[in-house]
Amino acid sequence: MYGKGLKPLSIATVAMLAVSLSLVFFYAPLDADQGFIQKIFYVHVPLAIVALVGFIVGGVFAIAHLRTNNRKWDAYSYVSIHISVIFGVAVLITGAIWAKASWGHWWVWDEPTLVSFLIVFLLYATYYPFRYAIEDRDRQARYASVFAVTAGAFVPLNFMAVRMAQSLVHPRTFATAEGGMPGEMMLTFLCMLVAIGLLWTTLVKFELTAKSASGQVKRLRRALDAPVGGSSSRIAPEVS
Amino acid sequence: MLELATLLPLGAPALPLDEAGKYVAGAYVVFMVLLVVYVGIMAAKLGRIERELRDVAALAEERKAEKEEVRA
Repeated sequence: MYGKGLKPLSIATVAMLAVSLSLVFFYAPLDADQGFIQKIFYVHVPLAIVALVGFIVGGVFAIAHLRTNNRKWDAYSYVSIHISVIFGVAVLITGAIWAKASWGHWWVWDEPTLVSFLIVFLLYATYYPFRYAIEDRDRQARYASVFAVTAGAFVPLNFMAVRMAQSLVHPRTFATAEGGMPGEMMLTFLCMLVAIGLLWTTLVKFELTAKSASGQVKRLRRALDAPVGGSSSRIAPEVS
Repeated sequence: MLELATLLPLGAPALPLDEAGKYVAGAYVVFMVLLVVYVGIMAAKLGRIERELRDVAALAEERKAEKEEVRA
């Protein structure tokens, strides 16, 4: 079920990433202030946006799980958060590299944008120990969903608080007072945003497919290990 | 704690291409390496699932043979 459409989605992701990276290096003009170093923007910012949206999506799936008690939504929520945490690692590393090149420091503790992202990332890093500290699988899924909803609500609140705060050195992506981005840069940025969004979706589907296949194999093994004669009827009808 | 006054202002002259190139390459390499590591981990997982599936198929064949023997 989860693997349906994975092949065309993967091809679209690779194609979109190739087009976007070509635009980054051969089409987008050099930034007047930062020069070539600004090219990091095209990977850092889309990764950050997709990671934060992914955390919110994980919260929405968790709401669906709490409402329906269907374990499928818990799996969606878990995988969304998992992939977003991986993207978060990439955001922190690419951001640190950009900071070192632009500001001369790997990290600036006074900057609200950096610190708030780190807080969100660390919050979600606690999701794994929190989840796996609970042995009962139903309770685990329910508590993890409550965590995902609460943390998911915190993400936009945190984002708004940072937007309202006085930014010290971190630039605003969609600045209006300073004139915003030129058209070529905006087009490249949007293409990269779509490419990273497609990458996130592909990885989520990939992970869900692997988990589903693993679960079905385990179920088959349990059924086969049961005494002969009473096993086959216990295999739940699995959507493949 | 770093003093922001000591940081380079945003309007500072851009880094020369040979120096900036290292940082830009570093950022994109980090992105690609993370992606490749993830795909590698997933490939290992899929390899394990395939092995388990082969074991289950062998077990199913054994069961089938056992059943046929009991009938005979």
